[in-house]
Amino acid sequence: MENQNNQEYLTAIQAAFGADVLAHEEAFGMLNIELTPARIHDAISWLQQHQDLSVNYLTNIAGIHYPESAGREFAVVYQLHSWKNNVRLRIKGYLPKENLHIATITDLFAGANWMERETYDFFGIIFDGHPDLRRILNMDDMDYFPMRKEYVLEDATREDKDDRFFGRNNNEL
Amino acid sequence: MSQDPKEVIQAADPANVATINFGPTHPSTHGIFQNILKVDGEKIISSEQTVGYIHRAFEKLAERRPYNQITPITDRLNYCSSPINNIGWEMTVEKLIGVDIPKRVQYMRVIIMELARIADHLICNSVIGVDAGALTSFFYPFSEREKIYELYEELSGARLTTNMGRIGGFERDFTPVFHQKLKSFLKTFPKAFEEFDSMLARNRIFMDRTKGAGPISAERALSYSFSGPNLRAAGVDYDVRAMNPYSSYEDFDFIIPVGVNGDTYDRFMVRQEEIRQSLRIITQAYNNLPEGDYKADLPDFYLPPKADVYNNMEALIYHFKIVMGETELPVGEVYHAVEGGNGELGYYLISDGGRTPYRLQFRRPCFIYYQAYPEMIKGLPISDAVLTLSSINVIAGELDA
Repeated sequence: MENQNNQEYLTAIQAAFGADVLAHEEAFGMLNIELTPARIHDAISWLQQHQDLSVNYLTNIAGIHYPESAGREFAVVYQLHSWKNNVRLRIKGYLPKENLHIATITDLFAGANWMERETYDFFGIIFDGHPDLRRILNMDDMDYFPMRKEYVLEDATREDKDDRFFGRNNNEL
Repeated sequence: MSQDPKEVIQAADPANVATINFGPTHPSTHGIFQNILKVDGEKIISSEQTVGYIHRAFEKLAERRPYNQITPITDRLNYCSSPINNIGWEMTVEKLIGVDIPKRVQYMRVIIMELARIADHLICNSVIGVDAGALTSFFYPFSEREKIYELYEELSGARLTTNMGRIGGFERDFTPVFHQKLKSFLKTFPKAFEEFDSMLARNRIFMDRTKGAGPISAERALSYSFSGPNLRAAGVDYDVRAMNPYSSYEDFDFIIPVGVNGDTYDRFMVRQEEIRQSLRIITQAYNNLPEGDYKADLPDFYLPPKADVYNNMEALIYHFKIVMGETELPVGEVYHAVEGGNGELGYYLISDGGRTPYRLQFRRPCFIYYQAYPEMIKGLPISDAVLTLSSINVIAGELDA
């Protein structure tokens, strides 16, 4: 770790959550930690209440779809910020497509409400315990989750928009 | 001060409760959002929001567009201050590819972003005046904002959706006309602004209308992940420009104004003071504008001059490669935040090395803080709900993305 603060956070989280810390890296100065999805709620709650780490601000929640990685097709990313130490960190949980459940953090941050609704709306990730998990930006009777990679944006018959020309080859989707 | 919301709700007689639609196309919502209010007489008992009327799937669109084609999408987030969005996005890409930006470009960006902040806050504050019944004070700042738009026009050719700058710098240097117009703006704006300020800031009617309208405590604002002037009005001095300085903000001397009650009046006053501070920053940046190039040396991303493209093989190849997106990009995850007109505007970019982002998420401050609106207006009269809505400055483009 280049950033000493990040190292401190990582050490503290590893000490508290041990085997639940599945992976970690420092990406562009920001600490990324992958946790067991079932423990993410506890970890965020612990970070929020911790005297020294004092992670007081939820920056955003993002969903990501990785259709090719079997068993971990969906990621939920929580970006958090500790103003006391000015440390930003990213907590990730990977979910298999058969079981898209993760605990809500609306009890910890009121602002998580819409962020989780948005993630549900676009990726279909179900936040257990959310007070009002409905679609938010799309219409209520939509029957799919549009940010998933299988819903390509442009007409698939257009040659010039072929994914091969975008530097990747995932036509087998 | 407003009544305790709990008392209002208990006092409500079901026979007197009416349901009314506030929006989606009511003029006082200043945008397309619906609020279904349950009211007992004038008092709001509960409200429910519907958003998404102008959702344009920017995050999905961005997954099929090369990086330079995403800049015009960012224009349409908070269209009252598009240059901040544009430059924030460009800085995100620059962070991913790891490039040193010349000091001159950083200062130029600061000048443009602060001009955009002034334009944004001017509109918001004058609209608060309109919703409190003061139309004259709405017209005064418009001639000033017009001057800012002329400055944008001089630098980018556009006024509202500016597509300002390029990855690596600006499309052109400050032109002589820009210098002249900026100098005259710096000279005339303070006077015009103080005139505007004197119409509202200590106006008895305006103060009576806005004090106590739509308050939020610092704790609740934090829990709701508020940022920007709305958070600062509640008394929390969080500003991305100070917390994580970008584009050389650490070089400038400015203060971060905070309010006390988090009500409409405090939000108004915080924005007014921020305009003065923005002006200070622009003056400092302009007076110390370093010599140098208006763009970084970045041939893989920065389009060569058009004249060269027609006459020079090398330039033609680079032009073709950039336009067709045949540029090598690093793999990685970047989060970059700037202080937008409404708060922390963040770009969470995941690159898999392809010519488009694998995933791009916009952290849109409006979307995040607008969810607190029902809590802020509970127990208040409808007229205060209108004021609260305009003072939190919800911009439909940023809300719905």
